[in-house]
Amino acid sequence: MSAGDTELTPTESYNDAMTDATIEMTGVRKRYGETVALDGMSFSVQPGRVTGFIGPNGAGKSTAMRVILGLDAPNEGTALVGGQPYRSLHRPLTHVGALLDADALQPSRSGRNHLLWMAQSQRISAGRVDEVIDMVGLTGAAKRKAGGYSLGMRQRLGIAAAMLGDPPIVMMDEPFNGIDPEGIIWMRGLLRSLAAEGRAILISSHLMSELEDVVDHVVVVGRGKVLADATIEELVARASHDTVTVRTDTPAEAVTAIQAAGGTAAITSTDCVEVAGLQPRLVVEILSAGRVSFSEVTSQRANLEDVYLQLTAGEAEFQAHSDARRRR
Amino acid sequence: MREGNEDGFAQVLRAEWTKLRTVRGWLIGLVVAAVLGTLLSIVSANGSHSGICVGSNPANTRCFAGHPAVPAGPGGQVVADTYELIHRSLDGNGAITARITSLAGIISEQNMNRASLTPQGRPGLVGWAKAGVIVTSSTKPGAPYAAVMATGGHGVRFQYDYSHDIAGTPGAVSPGNQRWLRLVRQGDALTAYDSTNVSSWHEIGSTTSTGLPNTVEIGLFVTSPVTYALSSQGNTTEAIARFDQVTVEGRTTTAVWQHTSVGGGNNFYPTLGFGSARLIGGTFVITGTGDIAPGVLAGMIAQNPATGQSIIGILVGLIVLIVIAAMFVAAEYRRRLIRTTFTAMPNRGRVLYAKAIVIFAVAGLTEAVAAAISIPVGRHLLISNGNYLFPIGALTTARDVFGSAILVALSAVAVLGLATILRRSSGAVAGGIALFVVPVILGATVTGSVGEWIYRLTPAAGLSVLDSAPSSPLVSYPYTIQNGYYPLGAWVSLIVPCCYAALALGAAAMLLRRRDA
Repeated sequence: MSAGDTELTPTESYNDAMTDATIEMTGVRKRYGETVALDGMSFSVQPGRVTGFIGPNGAGKSTAMRVILGLDAPNEGTALVGGQPYRSLHRPLTHVGALLDADALQPSRSGRNHLLWMAQSQRISAGRVDEVIDMVGLTGAAKRKAGGYSLGMRQRLGIAAAMLGDPPIVMMDEPFNGIDPEGIIWMRGLLRSLAAEGRAILISSHLMSELEDVVDHVVVVGRGKVLADATIEELVARASHDTVTVRTDTPAEAVTAIQAAGGTAAITSTDCVEVAGLQPRLVVEILSAGRVSFSEVTSQRANLEDVYLQLTAGEAEFQAHSDARRRR
Repeated sequence: MREGNEDGFAQVLRAEWTKLRTVRGWLIGLVVAAVLGTLLSIVSANGSHSGICVGSNPANTRCFAGHPAVPAGPGGQVVADTYELIHRSLDGNGAITARITSLAGIISEQNMNRASLTPQGRPGLVGWAKAGVIVTSSTKPGAPYAAVMATGGHGVRFQYDYSHDIAGTPGAVSPGNQRWLRLVRQGDALTAYDSTNVSSWHEIGSTTSTGLPNTVEIGLFVTSPVTYALSSQGNTTEAIARFDQVTVEGRTTTAVWQHTSVGGGNNFYPTLGFGSARLIGGTFVITGTGDIAPGVLAGMIAQNPATGQSIIGILVGLIVLIVIAAMFVAAEYRRRLIRTTFTAMPNRGRVLYAKAIVIFAVAGLTEAVAAAISIPVGRHLLISNGNYLFPIGALTTARDVFGSAILVALSAVAVLGLATILRRSSGAVAGGIALFVVPVILGATVTGSVGEWIYRLTPAAGLSVLDSAPSSPLVSYPYTIQNGYYPLGAWVSLIVPCCYAALALGAAAMLLRRRDA
């Protein structure tokens, strides 16, 4: 490298590119032989918030991310980052930081040298390498061979690599995998602060519970299609399957009373009735008015997990069937 | 684009170089390649001894390290100069004329490995058996000369200073088809003539370049070289010629003819017994054995390769480099690190070419270091062990160093391409060895034209760059790979492995662009 090459400081590029902090996927289809991995997937990721990319294993999350990064070419549709195809980006790591696979390391190369070649490929200074190492808390281990890192350390190294170019877009595939509880808390804080800085964050998971506390927006996918694309609030409201469980010795009478009052109820076990569409307070009033004895009335608010399971239930059934077919 | 700086190939190259130098195992591999290559050359040179034994029977035989004398010609070149000479001294201008009435020969029935002092022979005249008139500066081997001669199979020739050759009247000499030969010295000029009837003379050619002194030896000579027609080890031969009507013009300072066996004694050129000369009436009957020609002595005493670097050393170093070149790409596929690479550097062709440049430079440098040590050390050991080596200049040494370095570097690049195509190191290593190592061994083992074609068409062709053994059309010798002669020109030969590397790299680049990472 000649002395004339200037190494840009990450801050310059960050400010430059921040206006383009979006990911847009439009009608992307991707087949691998007979298997359809993405079946007309469309969604967008906006700046200033954390978008959760969620779906069961095999839903196409990783494939979508590879398509966004220009690693896999779609058969149809487009994937743009900041309005451009990834492959046309100059110094791409200053536009998009990605953590696809924490194990993707040359085991005999040190963590610092892993980041160093990436930095050199973007004309990012070695000083920035030490900065991101410090940021993820790997300073002590940076000069050791990456092959000896624990999964948590490899995840941190992957995050350091994603943050190397201080990119306006950050994309991580299953970032919570294998991280200890302390690391999970750290990761959530990091993701929130990155979004607060105006970056577009896309993180995938197959578990809603991992994302619940950190994402603002969710894209639920299954079988290569987007099943839902909404904020957390919208998603919960859309489901709105709040139920009330009544524990009683006379379930049949309870059902009659509630139905007479215009509610829907069903006996779920010998001493349980599930009521839908009525507030718990109203249920108590109806039962009291009808002189139906009960020992307990509990309200069950639908959470994100339930919504997710409902959305992907059909998907799971399908998989079970196809598994059964294959076994035969 | 927004960026003030253009995206450069330099940063991709720099990143790929960092990748290579930050894996300690690969650096160790490079050192191992250089050390192994050097050590094998040195060990092979150290184990190669040459000696001469003197004595009439096993009981009193004395042996010592060394090799027979190899004459140096007027330009310092290696020459064969062993022949039977009948001569007189001549001052200034003059001429010699003689009629040769017969030329016959004997070929030893034992090859040179088993030759005894009194070998059995059978009649036979080899193509470059020579008998004629000669003017030479002295009877010391390697002296400048000019001669007109009848040959066993190449008609009459005018030859001077070992490597110059002009054809005269064709056809073989027999009692019914005699030749008159005439050589005239006028000032610096030597002019050759021949005739089939003594009345009409044909000027074959002339030269002023031999730089003979005022006093020269002028006379008749006969010699007959080793033939390789009967065995690959070679069989010695002798020729018997009859001359009459011999006249010498000019001021001769010796009254009688003298007889000298030029190059007799401790001379490398194998002979069939000893020569002889008799004067019966007006007829000279001369028996000669040896050759006056450029020194093509690969099969006689010289070591191969002349460079002192062993081919096995190059191959072993190459195998290690093949493994590193394969790993340089395949390890990224194995660890899925290739995705990180293409995320950072989406222009996949650039990544491939940067990797190719890095591996070319690193493999080339490794082999260059190995060769630069092996050649002088190997030569020193071979010479101090009594072996004869062709003298090679700094230019030849440089060609061997750079040539072998480029050959090894091209092989590494091809393996890199192969590893990219296959995405697996095992296949790439196997393919690399099959393509770049096996043909070298196979081509040197398979005799005949198959071996030659292997050294033309496979990457083994590149070894022709190491060809430094002299050859000459004036010497019938099996110029085969086994004897250290390669079928292609030195630098041109590198085009062949270059094509293989370009093909592998081109296919890899095409696949990289099409394939999902």
